[in-house]
Amino acid sequence: MQILLNGERFATEANNLDELCTKLGFAEAKVAMAVNGSFVAASARPATPLADADEVEIVAPRQGG
Amino acid sequence: MVELYGRSFTSRLLLGTAGYSSPDILRQAVEASGAEIVTVSLRRESARARTGQGFWSLIEELGCHVLPNTAGCHTAKEAIATAQMARELFGTNWIKLEVIANDDTLQPDLFGLVEAATVLTAEGFDVLPYTTEDLSAAERLVAAGCSVLMPWASPIGSARGLINKTALASMRAYFPDTPLVIDAGIGTPSHGSEAMEMGYDAVLLNTAIAKAGDPVKMAEAFAKAIEAGRLAFEAGLIEPRDMASPSTPVAGTPFFKIDHAS
Repeated sequence: MQILLNGERFATEANNLDELCTKLGFAEAKVAMAVNGSFVAASARPATPLADADEVEIVAPRQGG
Repeated sequence: MVELYGRSFTSRLLLGTAGYSSPDILRQAVEASGAEIVTVSLRRESARARTGQGFWSLIEELGCHVLPNTAGCHTAKEAIATAQMARELFGTNWIKLEVIANDDTLQPDLFGLVEAATVLTAEGFDVLPYTTEDLSAAERLVAAGCSVLMPWASPIGSARGLINKTALASMRAYFPDTPLVIDAGIGTPSHGSEAMEMGYDAVLLNTAIAKAGDPVKMAEAFAKAIEAGRLAFEAGLIEPRDMASPSTPVAGTPFFKIDHAS
C-alpha cells in the first residue's frame, strides 16, 4: 500500500496507525499524528486502519515563535 | 504580576524559541530574559533525524510554561488539527492560535481565526489568538471564549514596532479587563517599553532577540525595557502638550519684569 507520509510517498504494510508508528521507530517517541487532515489521539492509533493513498502526518516538538 | 488563563506570571515577556544560533544560546537567552512562558511549535518528524526529540529535552530543561503555536496554518481546519496535536504533544490546553491569510504579510485571517477559536474553546483549549487591532474581530474572539487577545504590533519579523498606535490604544481602552499581549513586529527594547507604557499586559517576541548580534544581552535589554515600561504605566504618565510648560517655578524669577510675561 502506498500512503503519503509527511508529504512524501511511502510504501507500508502497516494495518493501522499504531503499527506504522512502531515500524518507524516512534513507539516511545514524542510525536503526534493526523490522518487525512484530522488529528488521531495516541490512544486511538491501534483502532485507526490505514488505506491506500491515506495522508499521514507525524509531528514532533520544534522551535517556534 | 500578570494573570493569563488563571496562571500568574512575574515576567511580562513571552519569548519565542526559534532562530537562535544554538540550543545553548537559546537557553542562555531564555534565562537572561526572565521569561516564564516560551512559545514552541510542531513540525514533521523524520524517522532518521528525530530532531524534535532533542528539542523537547531542551524545553523540559528550561522549566518554562509552554505555549504551542499553530504557525503556518492557512485554514481553520489546519489550525484546529494542529492545536489538537499540540495539546497531546505538549500536555497543555494553551494554544497560540495562528491562522494566516497572506504569506507576504503573515496577516491573520480573522474569519478563520474566529472559526477556529470557537471550535477550540468548546473543546477546552485556552486560546491565545494572534490577531490584529480590529475591534470587531476582537469582540468575536472574546465572544468565542478567548480570555486573552494578542494583537500584532506590525508584521511578524518586520521589527517595525507599533505601527498603529492609535488603534492599539483604542483596543486597550475598549478591553480594559481583558489581558492584551502585543505579539509580533517588535524590533527594539523601546518598542516593548512603548507597548507596556500603553498599558498592554505583556509582549511576545522572538526574532528581535534570536537574531540580535548578542541574543543573551538583547534578552536582558528587553527584560529591563519591558519592566521599565510597566513601571511607567503603573506610575502614571503625564499628558503630552503642544506648548512649553516651565518646570522651574516662575514665581520669584530674578530680574523678572512684568513686560516679559506678555
